[in-house]
Amino acid sequence: MSDTTTAGYLDMELLRFTTAGSVDDGKSTLIGRLLYDSKAIFQDQLEAVEKASKRIGGEGEVNLALLTDGLRSEREQGITIDVAYRYFATPKRKFIIADTPGHIQYTRNMVTGASTANLAIILVDARHGLVEQTSRHSFIASLLGIKHVVYCINKMDLVDYSQERYEEIKSDIEDFASKLEINDIRYIPISALFGDNVVDRSKKMDWYEGATLLYTLETVHIGSDENLVDGRFPVQTVIRPQTTEFHDYRGYAGRVAGGVLKKGDEVTVLPSGFTSKIAKIDSYDGEIQEAFPPMSCTVILEDDIDVSRGDMIVRTNNQPDDTQDHELMVCWMSKRPIQLNGKYAVKHTSRDARCIVKEIRYKVDINNLHKLEDDKTINMNDIARIKIRTTVPLFTDRYQRNRNTGSLIIIDEATNETVGAGMIL
Amino acid sequence: MKYNLTHLKELESEAIYVIREVVAQFENPALLFSGGKDSILCYHLAKKAFHPGKIPFPLVHVDTGHNFPETIQFRDQLVEKDGVELIVGSVQQSIDEGKAIEETGFNASRNGLQTVTLLETIESNKFDACMGGARRDEEKARAKERFFSHRDEFGQWDPKNQRPELWNIFNGMKHMGENFRVFPISNWTEMDVWQYILAENIELPSIYFSHERDVFMRDGVIYADGEYMNKRPEEKVEKRVVRFRTIGDMSCTGAVESPADNLEKIIEEVAATRTTERGTRADDKRSEAAMEDRKKQGYF
Repeated sequence: MSDTTTAGYLDMELLRFTTAGSVDDGKSTLIGRLLYDSKAIFQDQLEAVEKASKRIGGEGEVNLALLTDGLRSEREQGITIDVAYRYFATPKRKFIIADTPGHIQYTRNMVTGASTANLAIILVDARHGLVEQTSRHSFIASLLGIKHVVYCINKMDLVDYSQERYEEIKSDIEDFASKLEINDIRYIPISALFGDNVVDRSKKMDWYEGATLLYTLETVHIGSDENLVDGRFPVQTVIRPQTTEFHDYRGYAGRVAGGVLKKGDEVTVLPSGFTSKIAKIDSYDGEIQEAFPPMSCTVILEDDIDVSRGDMIVRTNNQPDDTQDHELMVCWMSKRPIQLNGKYAVKHTSRDARCIVKEIRYKVDINNLHKLEDDKTINMNDIARIKIRTTVPLFTDRYQRNRNTGSLIIIDEATNETVGAGMIL
Repeated sequence: MKYNLTHLKELESEAIYVIREVVAQFENPALLFSGGKDSILCYHLAKKAFHPGKIPFPLVHVDTGHNFPETIQFRDQLVEKDGVELIVGSVQQSIDEGKAIEETGFNASRNGLQTVTLLETIESNKFDACMGGARRDEEKARAKERFFSHRDEFGQWDPKNQRPELWNIFNGMKHMGENFRVFPISNWTEMDVWQYILAENIELPSIYFSHERDVFMRDGVIYADGEYMNKRPEEKVEKRVVRFRTIGDMSCTGAVESPADNLEKIIEEVAATRTTERGTRADDKRSEAAMEDRKKQGYF
């Protein structure tokens, strides 16, 4: 962080990425390396980790995993339980890592970490190549609509930095990945332990002509990851100051969920169906000319119509699906299996509803993508295709087209816990 | 036109979204306000979220009674100027009523007692969501926090049983008596906070900037001298040029020697420093899991 000037700092983009890997593939070492080489680890953190490594009785080496395992029980058991968020910056970009655990409740945690990520790093052990875990991670990344996936073929030092081995693994993954919906896939041979191709180019792999991992993270184009086509504005709350100065002010506060909104745009308010025009897009810092995702702003309409939380302002000539029946892929996150005909609460954008599970179509074997049509018991960490009917219409787009309007969460009404993550098909 | 937000604008937008979500999902929210830079930032973002309206919740200060006078002065001026509601929960009152017991000895601090008073303030005002300026980069237990952090009827945090938080959909559903802590600036780093304060020209208490002060040394930490500070005989008060990187209770907040007397210089210092800002906090040094333990009891 030491060479971040203020001028440069104000102009940086944010990249959110998630890291996926199985137990001993060196994920913590890789994250430790990125944080350490970008100077995001502080002296006192390092000292604390050194102290803890000695006490837990490592093999004399500083255990960089302790940097990411924050909870007492994680440190005692040497495992990561929950998603942890890490931050680092280079002069080019700011990064948020959603670091997800390797084994315990793997799917649930990776889905959570992936839900906000632009990019996923999937680690593959060069000795083992494409294994079941790799397929699983790839499938989840694809399901969650991650636009960029970087396969890091790690531990190249243990296969003599062999180009042949790298090409073999790459070709295996390519075959598998052709079944997935990921547009931007990259491959990098690395050694996280020795730093080859992580921050600096490897001297031992001259045959590799691509970018290092850090360079890739710094330059991957994320400008078109958001949906800039379908104008969607879910209303969070209504701002009515009712003061003398702003007597008639009535603004709809929210965050743009899709498209580019401008003054004068013809819009329809759902569910009422009333149409109006955008009179102004307001903010504390003044009027906004064009609002786009993920911008928070306040929309003022020309006509005085009834709009409240849970409503959605959309472009009149480009409207979302407006329906009570939804087909979705769901990742189940509760110890209690999904109940056919069971009733749950649903949250979709700013809208609340209740739903009934009408049908469980099939469960997905996430290791090979096979559809299990006979196994309809959906347990924790399972992924299934289901049909639900909601008490009120939801205004949706396909998840792969728009993450904001294509996602919903399912809540157990008895415990209030979030039990399902739904992606609309 | 590039339809792309800079990272600070994206963080700002995310925080505003979270604050608006709190007001929409809860009946009686509040903003925890210590007078430190993170809570001042949250307040600034809250103003942005409801502009041109007023912020629709009160500020809550859990007052240990051992404050830096500059912080209290700043708080009172801000409340007066903006006409916002301020609710003060007093640790002294909790002690007087026998609900909290003062620590004794040289390292005695009222930091831990804040939890008692905080929980009481939440209960007596029936707050169902308290927003705070905690950040995930501050401390390893905080790295595991949710934006919407569920607390049971005892105000406890159960780190192993947190609700998964997906996309930007926040689940604020709860049973009677339970409440939430919400952290709008979870994803900000110390550097982000300072750069944003500079960019937005946000006013801060004077003790963040370099000044001459009566201090004494203990276990390598520079403490401000004050009437509540118990000093050992060998701990001599001296004048030094210092500033504070964080502001907590006087008894647990250390200073750093620094000539940085404006935001630009502070940012240079933050960029060059090799220790975390909580490195100056004695409350985190009590044990490796000190923060996690306090949070489980209901600390924010």
